[in-house]
Amino acid sequence: MEQNTMNLTLKVWRQKNSGDPGGFATYPVKNISAEMSFLEMFDVLNEELIREGKDPIAFDHDCREGICGMCSMYINGRPHGPWEKNTVCQLHMRAYKDGDTIVVEPWRAKSFPVLKDLVVDRGAFDRIIQAGGYISVNTGSPVDANAVPVEKEKADAAFAAAACIGCGACVAACKNSSALLFVSAKVSHLALLPQGAPERRSRALNMVAQMDKEGFGACTNTGACEAVCPKGISIENIARLNREFIGAGMSGE
Amino acid sequence: MKWSELFTSSIGKKWVMAISGLCLIGFLLVHVTLNTLIWANIFVPEDNGEIFNRAAHWLGSNLIPRILEVGLFLFFIIHIIQGYVLELQNRSKRGKGYKVPMGSEGSNWYRKSMGLLGTLIFIFLVVHISNFWISSRFGGLKEITYPDGETFHNLYGEMITVFQELWIVILYVLGCVSLAWHLIHGFQSAFRTIGVSNKKYLALLNATGIGFSLLVSILFAAMPLSIYLGWVK
Repeated sequence: MEQNTMNLTLKVWRQKNSGDPGGFATYPVKNISAEMSFLEMFDVLNEELIREGKDPIAFDHDCREGICGMCSMYINGRPHGPWEKNTVCQLHMRAYKDGDTIVVEPWRAKSFPVLKDLVVDRGAFDRIIQAGGYISVNTGSPVDANAVPVEKEKADAAFAAAACIGCGACVAACKNSSALLFVSAKVSHLALLPQGAPERRSRALNMVAQMDKEGFGACTNTGACEAVCPKGISIENIARLNREFIGAGMSGE
Repeated sequence: MKWSELFTSSIGKKWVMAISGLCLIGFLLVHVTLNTLIWANIFVPEDNGEIFNRAAHWLGSNLIPRILEVGLFLFFIIHIIQGYVLELQNRSKRGKGYKVPMGSEGSNWYRKSMGLLGTLIFIFLVVHISNFWISSRFGGLKEITYPDGETFHNLYGEMITVFQELWIVILYVLGCVSLAWHLIHGFQSAFRTIGVSNKKYLALLNATGIGFSLLVSILFAAMPLSIYLGWVK
């Protein structure tokens, strides 16, 4: 069987630690199979760097199945690379051709400081979730399945919002570095379901307050976030969060 | 949550932009409707601006429009200042920028250039206010007496005079072009910000917004053009 291989030039952002100014380094990579994933190509390059006694390139990854939200590379001007509704780990080298130059940068936002090379600290998202992205339940015997009726349309919309993997591509793509697509997905997911109703108002208020505290920008409805989201989260969720937040803010809460 | 916290939150600030923007859209509707009366000659031969001058006089001499006018200036000031504050704050959030810029995927250049378009409209607004509003409010307009003996400010005559200057006509047309792009994004974005998330309504609002933006901007641009080209005398 014919094996499709290619030689590429990588321009990768290298930064020793959060205090280091950092800069781009150029690496030629050879004999890359078209069947490799983008991260596997980085594995090959890193093995070479280790053999040469150099520091391998740090990058985030975990499941490599497109569902954990860890991988976070800004490739040739687009978060997660050229494919739509896709994560970097699921981007395959057949997207490129022999001789291509690929520029790889970390997510850029003040709220996502670079820790090393392509790894950024996305702890801000965890703190937003801690501020209200949950439901409080009393422990006890398990509730019967389907004991709480939920409309099909709402269940579907909640499920679509829950698909958000919190990777931060929305922040990376937004000209304002706004995290509103992420926050709105998390708020919508719970606000649409009866289980989320009791804490609906405080959730919207607290999560947005934490988002502002973390230093993300304000949304101007440009739509860039929706276009690059690997899970296709819709900006309708942002409008829903706006309504939830203003409604809650004008209430007595 | 206190009122102060609500209006200083990121969504609260956007909400203020949306509400003030929608009020300004309402004003544009009144303004453009009244101004189309300069073309009354089409239906009323030999009108030569009389209907327009009478309508402008009515608007300027009634209490309610005068109170609304104060609100209008307030909304303009809020929209402009808040717009710049948000633009500067949002620009400061990235820190180090990208080597390869994102481009306009999923968006459009005008959706990302509201600050620039707003600034162009602001420059136009300053010239526009000094051309017409100041003289119509604080004197400086010629009077005209109609056959029934009533005397009015000749705002129509002022338009005819002002729009003989080519550079003013060009500036007005550019102002209208900026307004069209600004409104195409602003109209539907305002409704999203105040919480319209229903796809069916968003589609309707998007279409209405584009129609409104184009209609208002084309009508406004046609006013100085039709005067400069001598179609309205």
